[in-house]
Amino acid sequence: MAFFITELSKWAVPFLLLSIPVIAYFKKVKVYEAFVEGAEQGFYTAIKIIPFLIGMLVAIGVFRASGAMDVLINILKPVMGLIGAPGEVLPLMIMRPLSGGGALGLTAELIQTYGADSLIGRLASTIQGSTDTTFFVLTVYFGSVGIRRYRHALTVGLLADLTGFLASLYIVTLVFG
Amino acid sequence: MINVIWLLLLVTGILTAAFQGRIELVTEAAMEAAKNGVTIAFEIIGVMALWLGIMKIAEKGGLIELLAKVVQPFTRLIFPTVPKDHPAMGSIIMNMSANILGLGNAATPFGLKAMQELQELNPNKEVASDAMCTFLALNTSSITILPATVIAIRVAAGSAGPTDIVGTTIFATTMGTIVALSLDRLLRGLYRGGR
Repeated sequence: MAFFITELSKWAVPFLLLSIPVIAYFKKVKVYEAFVEGAEQGFYTAIKIIPFLIGMLVAIGVFRASGAMDVLINILKPVMGLIGAPGEVLPLMIMRPLSGGGALGLTAELIQTYGADSLIGRLASTIQGSTDTTFFVLTVYFGSVGIRRYRHALTVGLLADLTGFLASLYIVTLVFG
Repeated sequence: MINVIWLLLLVTGILTAAFQGRIELVTEAAMEAAKNGVTIAFEIIGVMALWLGIMKIAEKGGLIELLAKVVQPFTRLIFPTVPKDHPAMGSIIMNMSANILGLGNAATPFGLKAMQELQELNPNKEVASDAMCTFLALNTSSITILPATVIAIRVAAGSAGPTDIVGTTIFATTMGTIVALSLDRLLRGLYRGGR
């Protein structure tokens, strides 16, 4: 199964890069010219998201480096016990909506420390895979088109992360506990 | 709301550092993060250009239209306000396909393109439209079938069953998506004023 999935992800990109231009060519598309036309758009979009990226990264960076995040983790630790969750995954839970790279680092660390096949390792893997970096997605996606009012999007995103976390805890304990 | 959270992150961070007598950490972290923002954006440029270039080829070859038609019953239901032959639909579908396959760095370019096209349909350019909120609800709840990155980490850590977590991940992500879509429906009216 692992072999199948790693092979599939290994082949997915080359497959797309081969099949799309070849099929389009036979449909009389000027493939190279079309590529350049699309690629140009990518450049401007990437530049446009820089201010939003910096704004978010600075606030999160200061919050983490100052130790404020550790304080928050200590405050929330008793809550974890109440819902039967191992306290070790709390930093991951808090980091997940804030920083994609940070969360991935924590997941890798938990897997290294406790083992990939431990309950904590499996829980961290499931949380990492089933939730997303809500703050990054919202600030960058909305920022790139100039939306200032997010309406209910942030609430929905954070509650979806919380649901993903609780569902991970429930199913991992049920299956592997 | 995002303004308050942003301010809270900064203020609590700086106050904590001050109380712990480690104020110099703030300067260091802020400068480092600012630099990082540019590095990330520059790293994204290449990938963005590559995927949007390929997507343009697919679009001109009629491939996106074809894919859009296949999943139309589903997308009509979730995005009733987007006209069925609007380009936004194609980008949304490409973004979701990339997410489902665990191709995270391909998902962002399609997602940003979808936002630009949804913005064309948006009557009030500063306030998120219903379709945008639904799209981001789907995105932040992270629909995945193949959590490729996590599997790679598990393989590297010498796991006996690196894909054991695929089933549990699909369960958790499905729950998250169901809750996100329901909440989006539920809260939509409440925030109609655009607050």
